[in-house]
Amino acid sequence: MPFDIPILNPLRAIVGPNNVLTSAEDTIPYSFDGTAALTQMPGCVVFPKDAGQIAGILQIANEKRVPVVTRGSGTGLSGGSLPCPDCIVLCTAKMDKILELDRANLTLLCETGVTTLAIADAAVGAGLFYPPDPGSMKISTIGGNVAENSGGLRGLKYGVTRNYVMGLEVVLPDGELMWLGNKCVKDVAGYSLKDLFIGSEGTLGVISKVLLRLIPKPASKKTMVATFNQMDQAADSVSAIIAAQIIPCTLEFLDRTTIHCVEDFAKIGLPLDCEALLLMETDGHPAVVAEEAAHMERICREQGCLEVRVAKTDEEAVKLASARRSAFSALARVAPTTILEDATVPRSELARMIRFVEAIAKKYRLRIGTFGHMGDGNLHPTFLTDERNTEEMHRVEEAFKEIFDEAIRLGGTITGEHGIGLAKKAFLPKFAGGAQMRVMRELRRVLDPKGILNPGKMFD
Amino acid sequence: MSLPGSHLKNLDYSVLQQCMHCGLCLPTCPTYDATKLERNSPRGRISLMRAIADGKLEASKAFAEEMYYCLGCLACMTACPAGVNYAELFEHARAEAEQSRVMDSPFRRLIRGFTLHWLFMDLRRLQWVGLAIRLYQTLGLQALLRNSGVLNLFPKRLRELEAMTPAIQPEFSSELIRPVTPPQGQRRYRVAMLIGCAQDLIFSDVNRDTVEVLSRNGCEVVTPPEQFCCGSLHAHNGEWELAQVLARKQIDQFPPDEFDAIISNAAGCGSHLKHYSKLLEHDPVYRKSAEQWDRKLKDIHEWLAEIGIAAPANRPGRGEAVAYHEACHLCHGQQITVQPRQVLRSIPNLKLREISESTWCCGSAGIYNLIQPEMAGELLERKLKNILASDAQILATANPGCMLQIINGAKRQNIELRVVHPVTLLAEAYRSESSTRIGDPETVRKGRAV
Ligand SMILES: Cc1cc2nc3c(=O)[nH]c(=O)nc-3n(C[C@H](O)[C@H](O)[C@H](O)COP(=O)(O)OP(=O)(O)OC[C@H]3O[C@@H](n4cnc5c(N)ncnc54)[C@H](O)[C@@H]3O)c2cc1C
Ligand code: SF4
Ligand code: SF4
Repeated sequence: MPFDIPILNPLRAIVGPNNVLTSAEDTIPYSFDGTAALTQMPGCVVFPKDAGQIAGILQIANEKRVPVVTRGSGTGLSGGSLPCPDCIVLCTAKMDKILELDRANLTLLCETGVTTLAIADAAVGAGLFYPPDPGSMKISTIGGNVAENSGGLRGLKYGVTRNYVMGLEVVLPDGELMWLGNKCVKDVAGYSLKDLFIGSEGTLGVISKVLLRLIPKPASKKTMVATFNQMDQAADSVSAIIAAQIIPCTLEFLDRTTIHCVEDFAKIGLPLDCEALLLMETDGHPAVVAEEAAHMERICREQGCLEVRVAKTDEEAVKLASARRSAFSALARVAPTTILEDATVPRSELARMIRFVEAIAKKYRLRIGTFGHMGDGNLHPTFLTDERNTEEMHRVEEAFKEIFDEAIRLGGTITGEHGIGLAKKAFLPKFAGGAQMRVMRELRRVLDPKGILNPGKMFD
Repeated sequence: MSLPGSHLKNLDYSVLQQCMHCGLCLPTCPTYDATKLERNSPRGRISLMRAIADGKLEASKAFAEEMYYCLGCLACMTACPAGVNYAELFEHARAEAEQSRVMDSPFRRLIRGFTLHWLFMDLRRLQWVGLAIRLYQTLGLQALLRNSGVLNLFPKRLRELEAMTPAIQPEFSSELIRPVTPPQGQRRYRVAMLIGCAQDLIFSDVNRDTVEVLSRNGCEVVTPPEQFCCGSLHAHNGEWELAQVLARKQIDQFPPDEFDAIISNAAGCGSHLKHYSKLLEHDPVYRKSAEQWDRKLKDIHEWLAEIGIAAPANRPGRGEAVAYHEACHLCHGQQITVQPRQVLRSIPNLKLREISESTWCCGSAGIYNLIQPEMAGELLERKLKNILASDAQILATANPGCMLQIINGAKRQNIELRVVHPVTLLAEAYRSESSTRIGDPETVRKGRAV
């Protein structure tokens, strides 16, 4: 529903009339993000080009108490950038410049709407490495990555987005600009507010610039695929690899359904006659790589794997990784609606969690495809369903509740990387507990007293 | 329109639902890349189509314009892991736009009536028009008009269009190719050859080259002089019923069980021709033969790679470098990327050089360059830049639209670049190796050879 002119005109004055969208044809495409089965029309969509314009937009919104939902590329999987009714969607897609690559300090400074891939490419261009590589990296924005503290396929060894954020420029709801962090490796001046904004899901401020840490490129790497007849053999292999104190950069898991969907799309010759597949990659000094690879292969064989295949060329390794990144979308080939979960458990509990998910799927008569960052203990059981089948959707909900409960019981968390947003809002209080909820609420009130930033998301 | 009610509402909903809005197609979409607006992206367009199917949006003018801003390049289909059939959605969406008449105007009706309902329904009519343009060009009228300055009296857009009029070939395919061309050596296959519309008028030599190459590779080639349009222009421009009429005519003319393969050498036609079964799925009489048709329909490179390319012994030339631009409807529409390169690599004395963004649309996109000159121009610029960076002297591409677009662009920028169909390079190489000179242009022109 378009707003009245009183708010639109000042917005147009700030970003220019072409950068304020109000018609149905223009705004319907912003009425959802990557999350299944959630839609909500925004009031309007605006495209700022810098922090100054963001400040102007927020000031107007704050004054008129109009909700603002910040959006990068809308690939989020918890409804974080789903509009609230009659909100302003503040889309950062046009803030897509890399501002500086500092080779002396190994840092990269960019605007918030730059894609993860563009950052990774710029790093490679300078002979450096930016490790976080979420499955959506081709299009996800760095702002979205920071706001969700996204992980990727290399989390096990290299950590998540947080581990690479050195500084942030943030605009507060009243339009005030804040620079948090710097190029120093060490900095303990005051609270680490920068860290507060990482994973804040657009609820505390709008990130306008990001300063990232880059690292030297590993000298070599080896990529392998191991196949298994049983899913828990793969899980046990991962637990055993961790227990053997090997930290490869990638330990990704695909189950049978996912393997078939991915192969159907990518056609790279994945083995189809197995129940589970592990994509393993180790990188670093060639001698260490060779040793770790051999050790991992040995462990997989001990756990009874069917075969271990080594990627022969870099190209083949890249293909395997990109195929893995398409897993979630590829699952949509077999069902109209794919709802995925993000439960994460300590890695010693992986096999138990996998078995539990299998049992739950059976209990609720649901089709499921599971893949995930197994090395991080982060599984994505994905229900293959149809949002128009209300009865089945109800069973999906019930199944999720049980999976969450089990994850918490095993000492895990309800979301490893996709965030709370709307999708997991109901589960947060139970997981976080009263004290944490109170502190989070109070923090949010201090930074956003009028509650205009992404209201209704994460918690009320 | 054949179906009562809305095209999109009648569409199997699961086709729309297939898009799980992950956004992985966005970076490969040329229009999204240019504007960064979701409505100009595949995901955004699909959401608009779905909104219409759900009854949440009318097929408005803005909707129709959006569907015509889409290039139909299908890069999104290659990128989409979820297997969304954007080609099908896109055709229905344009049909919806036409059905709603929101873009209707007397001028547009006239143009569409003339081109889609009349001109491209019968290739003879197209040849008459081609003949008229040929006369205009060969009698020196064009030069006269261009030099006289009279053209300056026309609006800028018309002048630009005039400058884009392609040179019509001195002979149409039927004057270059016999109805049946025997194979050289033993007959291995019997194939039909579709001459296309634009290909026939502007690049009839490509058709001749295709027939020569097929013959050299053991195919008997059936090429009736009078053929029909494949209907892709109609389907892409919202005229489903006409597309169905044309599909039936094609199947009647080339009963699929009489041939080992039906060959197309124009990417845009091929990618449409391979989906007659979808077009005629509700036609009880033609459904079965349409399915067979789809199986027999082969792009020329695909067919050559399948039957094995006889390697030419030599090729005239100075060891030039050839760059390959992938026509959207070959790489995205038909997923054919390896075979044309195989054809080029089979030719001696020629270096294949890869260009960056080889699968990025050149802006030709059917008649897109006529209706969306701005976007088409930006894409052409980008393409030329990538070609230039490769330092190649020859550009090979397998679609008449792309060939024309790049020829025009190179001409405007005074770039010396030979633009050819890959098959032409192969035919030239074959010609140079045989003393009998099967396809010698001179003999061909006299209507004797091939
Ligand atoms: C196919 C697919 C694969 C994926 N794989 C992974 C994966 O491997 N690992 C992973 O962690 N995630 C993954 N995701 C989830 C998603 O891509 C990430 O959460 C990503 O970081 C979102 O980026 P975005 O630019 O699309 O942000 P959006 O979806 O637009 O926004 C996400 C959240 O960030 C907030 N936000 C965005 N920009 C800003 C800003 N500038 N300032 C403040 N807040 C902001 C929004 O308000 C919202 O709450 C995947 C998603 C898909 C569709
Ligand atoms: S078309 Fe495919 S790639 Fe694009 S958003 Fe939809 S599902 Fe994702
Ligand atoms: S067909 Fe081409 S222009 Fe149209 S949505 Fe797909 S990628 Fe974009």
